[in-house]
Amino acid sequence: MIRLEKRPQPSKLWTYLTPVLAVLLTMLVGGVLFAFLGANPVEAIRTIFWDPLFNAQFAGFTRPQLLVKAGPLILIAIGLSIGFRAGIWNIGAEGQYIMGAICGAAAGLAFYPSESVLIFPLMIVAGALGGWAWAMIPAILKTKFGTNEILVSLMLVYVAENILGSVATGLLRNPEGRGFPGSRNFKQWDAAHNSDLIANTGMHWGVVFAFIAVIGAYVLLTRHVLGFNIRLTGEAPRAARFSGVNPARIILICLGLSGALAGMAGLFEVTGPAGQVSIDFGSGYGFTAIIVAFLGRLNPIGILLAGLLMALTYIGGELAQLMLGLPGASIQLFQGMLLFFLLAMDVFTNFRLRIGKREAA
Amino acid sequence: MADTLLSLQGLTKIYPGVIANDDVTFDIGRGEIHALLGENGAGKSTLVKMIYGLNAPDKGQMLLDGAPYKPSKPSEARQAGIAMVFQHFSLFDALDVAENVALGMETPPPMSDLARQIREVSETYGLPLDPSRTVGTLSAGERQRVEIIRCLLQNPRLLIMDEPTSVLTPQEVEILFETLRKLKSEGTSILYISHKLEEIRALCDTATILRLGKKVATCTPAETSARQLAEMMVGASFATPEAKRGKTGEVLLAVNELSLPAPGAFGTPLREVSFEVRAGEVLGIGGVAGNGQDELLAALSGERMAPAGSIVLEGKDISRAGPVARRDLGVLSGPEERLGHAAAPDMSLIENGVLTAARREGMLKNGFISWGKARQFAEEVIGHFDVRTPGPGTAARALSGGNLQKFVVGREILQGPRVLVLNQPTWGVDAAAAAFIRQSILDVAAKGGAVVVISQDLDELMEVSDRFGALNEGRLSPTRPVASLDIEQIGLMMGGAHDMEVAHVDD
Repeated sequence: MIRLEKRPQPSKLWTYLTPVLAVLLTMLVGGVLFAFLGANPVEAIRTIFWDPLFNAQFAGFTRPQLLVKAGPLILIAIGLSIGFRAGIWNIGAEGQYIMGAICGAAAGLAFYPSESVLIFPLMIVAGALGGWAWAMIPAILKTKFGTNEILVSLMLVYVAENILGSVATGLLRNPEGRGFPGSRNFKQWDAAHNSDLIANTGMHWGVVFAFIAVIGAYVLLTRHVLGFNIRLTGEAPRAARFSGVNPARIILICLGLSGALAGMAGLFEVTGPAGQVSIDFGSGYGFTAIIVAFLGRLNPIGILLAGLLMALTYIGGELAQLMLGLPGASIQLFQGMLLFFLLAMDVFTNFRLRIGKREAA
Repeated sequence: MADTLLSLQGLTKIYPGVIANDDVTFDIGRGEIHALLGENGAGKSTLVKMIYGLNAPDKGQMLLDGAPYKPSKPSEARQAGIAMVFQHFSLFDALDVAENVALGMETPPPMSDLARQIREVSETYGLPLDPSRTVGTLSAGERQRVEIIRCLLQNPRLLIMDEPTSVLTPQEVEILFETLRKLKSEGTSILYISHKLEEIRALCDTATILRLGKKVATCTPAETSARQLAEMMVGASFATPEAKRGKTGEVLLAVNELSLPAPGAFGTPLREVSFEVRAGEVLGIGGVAGNGQDELLAALSGERMAPAGSIVLEGKDISRAGPVARRDLGVLSGPEERLGHAAAPDMSLIENGVLTAARREGMLKNGFISWGKARQFAEEVIGHFDVRTPGPGTAARALSGGNLQKFVVGREILQGPRVLVLNQPTWGVDAAAAAFIRQSILDVAAKGGAVVVISQDLDELMEVSDRFGALNEGRLSPTRPVASLDIEQIGLMMGGAHDMEVAHVDD
């Protein structure tokens, strides 16, 4: 008989080993999946993980994409991970990301065509506030009425998507756009354009903020008493109250912070890689960031690496669609598999596998 | 005995480090209400679990109708005609009464039949209950009826009831007693677990008293006084308390008519609790578990706010201050539940030191934690209180209960409290360590601190306290000097026989 036995304390080795094993298992099972779809599994895995970075022919184009994709993922995942550490499950980062983009873009467009250097900073602040405000809805409902933040934040994603559709075709539509949906293109407005800081690296302000967020989160969680209280709330809520932590305050801080970071990510995206507020602006970063947060063990450094890895699967996945004709859904499945295997392997952090007959209790 | 239903012979159950039941022998007669009486930790639950097939005895045997009875799981016990109503109910709030009953049955009849049966049983036994009501809308007493009816539908020969009145109102208790008497008149035996003396004297034919896992006596409660029962329950083996040094100072902590509603369905409300503790004094608060101990600690630690004016520290009202503010003022506390309340299980001892000592021990600078100081403090606690652990980086849950207890008590004591409140400070700690903790408590008082020790261990309270009070259903008895109390009075205060006048003590 196979059974699981609880470890006296969580295994350090397995904490670091599980993400690696999860990636390997995903490659293995993903390869089998691709084989069933008629592709050569080795070639498919190579196309996803190797070619975007090292293929002589197109790595020059795909490599900068790595930072472009990883930036928002990391920025959002850092915010989410802080909440997850406290046991506060913000699943609606996608909505906060969209609302941040809308609010930030609207704040900038209000001053069009000003070329003031203050435009972009203003837009960043407005984007952060937009995401923050959107996250405050589940936060206040939870602290005042005890609603479940998972459901409320998730459902608000769909509200945000509808608002996006509305403003893209109405309020923020480009007046010179001949009636096409979508706002003015920020790439054509220097004061608001979030361009590459170093040409052809993908290194835009969003990536810089993502790195700052990684460092900030690391310091917060390991050195500051607020980070300690956040972790304590997640580990043992009763002990946190005994220690004097106000649970409502932690909820407001965690949801607010993750909302603000997601909103900023939205703003950097809309003014940079996306270029405009359009109906299809929502790209799923807010959801993928949940996988990134867990893949990175809710640890800022881990999230940095996980964000880069996940960005790689995005780019590699697109390549695989292009080169091997694999369906887009199979790539999403592949990314989902990563989280699935991670959670499955996670059991071994806290449990030990025992094979054999159980001794009489 | 000819009409013995269940005979327990020499039942012994050993858990690592503790003998939960030691050679327990008694008989339960047919149609008899048999009380099982004992303090918390006396081994009542372990014994009942063996009868109900949840545990197997290490030694001894059981005879049911003279034939060997060895249930390996509860369903076998139920087949043999033994049913049990647990203290905590296992019901689904969202389902109705009939559905809940069906879930507990091996082969439930069709729903319409079942509803009819439930109605019949509920009428026969005077347990008003509508099978179509949703369980979420029922009171605790009604929920218990669901559990009882679930048992009665199986026509049990022996019904085990674990502390059934702990969640009932006095009116509901009356109804329950009527039902039990009716069952008895039909020949059903009942094993009734309780520590409420008056209840047992009113209801039960026979009582078996357990203490520290051993059977003390089997007697007829109607012919035994509550005093005698209490004495047998708590044991008369107290060391005569030595005269305490009487050098107490001014009042440090005063609690005035503190009332708080119950925190949850199974919590106990605090009712007009009043006491004072002086500098250099230890106040012992006894009482059976679940009579407001946790709630009193939460109110004193600041986890729950108290009504303004009800908690006063050196003339300053601290009722509305949170745990952090109270700690700053020197009010430190140690809850009973070590893992998850006093300490975070997966965090290291260093981090668990930060949990309560961060501000008093100067570990914070502009909100940033000095891990060096935190480690130093944890090492100090470990060294001073002889906490057995590989190191301060070990997770709290990796420590044995006793060692973790030494750590969490030591953590508070090393911070030099003005007022120290501890709930069950030596629960599960070996004798030597317990003595050390008690000595540390006395040292706090000797240095001019005021200490409140809440405990179910009477020996402990007698050893450390200057004055003693007992909690019963959220009420605190008047506190009396320990030196003037004897075992009988204490036992009665704890057993809930307040109304039984005892010899008056001159204060």
